[in-house]
Amino acid sequence: MSGYPPEFRESIKIIEETREERLKITPPRVPLEEKEELLRKFHPDYKKEAKRQIKIGAGKGEYAPHEVANLLEAHSFLYMNALSNGVEIDLEDPDFDVDVLIIGGGGGGATAALWALYNGIPADRILLATKLRFGDANTKMAQGGIQAADREYDSPIIHFLDVMRGGHYTNDPDLVRILVTSAPFIIKWLEELGVMFDKEPDGTMIEVSGGGTSRLRMHSAGDYTGLEIMRTLMDEVLNREIRVLEFSPAVELLTDDEGNIAGAVLMNLETEQYLVVRAKSTVLTTGGFGRLHIQGFQTTNHYGATMDGVVLAYRVGAEIRDLDSVQYHPTGAAWPLQIAGQLVTEKVRSLGAQLVNTAGEAFVYPLEPRDIVAAAIIRECEERKKGVITPVGTCGVWLDSPMIEIIRGEGTIERYLPAMLRQFRRFGIDIRKEPILVYPTLHYQNGGIKINTNAQVLGNGGRPIGNLFAAGEVTGGVHGKNRLMGNSLLEITVFGRIAGINAAKNARNTNVGKLSLKHVYRWEEMLKEAGIETNVVAPMILPDYKGDIKFR
Amino acid sequence: MPGTVETIKDTKLVEGKAVEGVLGAGKKLVTIYVMGKWYQVPAGLTITKALEYLGYRLVRGVGCRAGFCGACTTLWVKKNDYKLYSGLACQTMVEDGMYLVQIPFVPAEKRIYNIEELEPNGSVVLALYPEVTRCIGCNACTKVCPQEIQVMDTIQEIIRGNIAKAARMAFDCISCGSCSLRCPAEIKHFYVFQLVRRLYGKYIAPKAKHLEKRVKEIEERKYDGALDRLIRAGPDKWRELAEKAQKDEEVET
Ligand SMILES: Cc1cc2nc3c(=O)[nH]c(=O)nc-3n(C[C@H](O)[C@H](O)[C@H](O)COP(=O)(O)OP(=O)(O)OC[C@H]3O[C@@H](n4cnc5c(N)ncnc54)[C@H](O)[C@@H]3O)c2cc1C
Ligand code: SF4
Ligand code: SF4
Ligand code: FES
Repeated sequence: MSGYPPEFRESIKIIEETREERLKITPPRVPLEEKEELLRKFHPDYKKEAKRQIKIGAGKGEYAPHEVANLLEAHSFLYMNALSNGVEIDLEDPDFDVDVLIIGGGGGGATAALWALYNGIPADRILLATKLRFGDANTKMAQGGIQAADREYDSPIIHFLDVMRGGHYTNDPDLVRILVTSAPFIIKWLEELGVMFDKEPDGTMIEVSGGGTSRLRMHSAGDYTGLEIMRTLMDEVLNREIRVLEFSPAVELLTDDEGNIAGAVLMNLETEQYLVVRAKSTVLTTGGFGRLHIQGFQTTNHYGATMDGVVLAYRVGAEIRDLDSVQYHPTGAAWPLQIAGQLVTEKVRSLGAQLVNTAGEAFVYPLEPRDIVAAAIIRECEERKKGVITPVGTCGVWLDSPMIEIIRGEGTIERYLPAMLRQFRRFGIDIRKEPILVYPTLHYQNGGIKINTNAQVLGNGGRPIGNLFAAGEVTGGVHGKNRLMGNSLLEITVFGRIAGINAAKNARNTNVGKLSLKHVYRWEEMLKEAGIETNVVAPMILPDYKGDIKFR
Repeated sequence: MPGTVETIKDTKLVEGKAVEGVLGAGKKLVTIYVMGKWYQVPAGLTITKALEYLGYRLVRGVGCRAGFCGACTTLWVKKNDYKLYSGLACQTMVEDGMYLVQIPFVPAEKRIYNIEELEPNGSVVLALYPEVTRCIGCNACTKVCPQEIQVMDTIQEIIRGNIAKAARMAFDCISCGSCSLRCPAEIKHFYVFQLVRRLYGKYIAPKAKHLEKRVKEIEERKYDGALDRLIRAGPDKWRELAEKAQKDEEVET
């Protein structure tokens, strides 16, 4: 039984009939002089009307998508739901008093917790608070791999150049330097923790290519690389008996009387009670913003990817960068609708599948950079009208996965893409025999909070905000305006570690004064002064899909 | 706009009447019972989406929404069918006559250990999780695993001490807990499998020697001078060298 509706049959037939001919050709690369125009006309990031200047805060005047600006210009969740209603938050008697508070239980947070512990903070003086279950995070969903230049044919210098090129040279070179020089150490650390990397019988890592990387540098653990890293880190955090508080998102940071960060207010998602955490160091590892559905796009991200960390840091004066650039993954599932927007990993293209339109033409070289491939797919749908229109009016193009089995032999898909194969099979589609319908999907928050090489969050004039650290997708700078695959699992472990180490150091030299929420009242005044009238309340915490049958 | 989030067209819920344009899978409503309560939802929705459609704001029982995290374990029975089914809410479509409940949490205790002090053999695993030996070979676990893991066979390999084999067999586990809910021996498979995988990754898989070598080079500051110069040189130089690297050429700094 095919999971595709009968309407698709004709165009699948064309794909099948043209396959043999297409196997002989390499689809055209986009000529350099056409790239700019292709992006300008079809890449969602280049749509002027989709962005506006932020009206308030340290990033005032910078451009951001409306969905991002709406949250940065929003009312405080705590103010609207508690402070302005006379609900008392008792700052005198905190529910938790710790040395290090880590907000966000993904890969970045788990790494920071472990390295705070390794650096002398006792387990019961660390608190890791997270929104959903520990590990319900984008980290778990990473399929492709993690980069590190650890072979003779490669070097940290070449890795540096690739990262910079990927980011169009807008990256912070000092952060990139740390990323690439820490990479082998981090992989070794993960290996010692017991992560099952794909290896040759003699222990040599199996390393493959990734879009935009000039050397084979992608380490993986099947197509569950992120899951394997995340669950190993979680197991270690639990073994070390670090305290983990689940279903307790941070809704606002706390300051002390000198304006340094002094912990956070959390909310128990089930009882809706507020919890006050006093902390000497606070680390933000809240991940990205896929669930904002920027420009209405579907997303690959987990349910809790709502940009909370950026919102919280912004209210205490953090600077931001590159939030105007959004990474759309070119190949999100366009069918079945039940998994619309979910990732169809780049590996499918690396293994040989072409992107094909309804005329049976392989219209773009499949391993062009992500923004180019995404724009090319949108062009097929919008301008050339050679996309497949689904029964609900959405559009997609074919990713010809059966080619993989022809080129690399039967069984390749089962061996290298078991997660992918299973996901489609659940809906009656066998990707070994039938192509996959794809359309770009919202994938990654390139920018975020500004940090320095110590993972300190930077405020006014680039000065660190006292006691506040951040790492991972919530931050900006490492990837500039465009991240390459495999560098974010690396980023979260490299900078999670640095944040943990420095949070530990900082905690030893810090005494927290009287807790305060003054900055929240101040924020509400600033909104008034800026003349901002809005119904939006942030952090968003979870997207609201109640009553809707949008497929997301 | 093509490709963006779309609402199902015409979703007026009239009992028994077809709804237009609802997915390719079936253009009608189905009746489901959420914790015993009667509802009608468009056919083709996943259980997760059906619950949201009905007005539930999910907090438990949801995570990645993509089959990777195991947060959404759900149990159901069907009309005129004695079987108790289970699956991932985010990956399973509603069916007519489904009586379902989401499992907010699978109670299980993870044993605490210091991985540095363990040896990679079966008795270490059995010492931490002695209940593993109680397996009666009923295969209930394998039947419910949404990841198609041979759960029972994996448990048997562990009992036989084949850690390496078990680790590979259990690699795709997403800790949904479905197996443990059904296991008469009360084994908490996902924790056992986690231990087994770590023992394999840490002790049995051969170490990557090239990794150690590179770490040492970096510790000895082999690349520091070149990186200092490179960063000082600025974007034009980066661009020039990066393009060279793309062409697989040697990069000199
Ligand atoms: C489908 C997919 C595939 C990917 N593939 C790859 C790949 O192959 N290689 C690669 O390098 N990268 C990949 N990435 C990117 C990478 O996985 C992420 O960028 C990275 O894991 C982010 O880690 P993090 O720790 O910063 O955030 P996350 O892992 O998302 O963790 C953030 C955590 O913080 C929690 N949180 C959020 N808000 C709050 C709050 N207010 N209070 C408390 N907790 C909060 C969240 O619930 C979550 O648990 C992929 C991403 C996706 C979505
Ligand atoms: S082995 Fe058990 S916990 Fe793991 S995925 Fe299968 S059913 Fe779920
Ligand atoms: S359900 Fe339990 S007892 Fe039955 S085969 Fe599986 S592990 Fe053994
Ligand atoms: S929500 Fe993660 S597996 Fe269903």
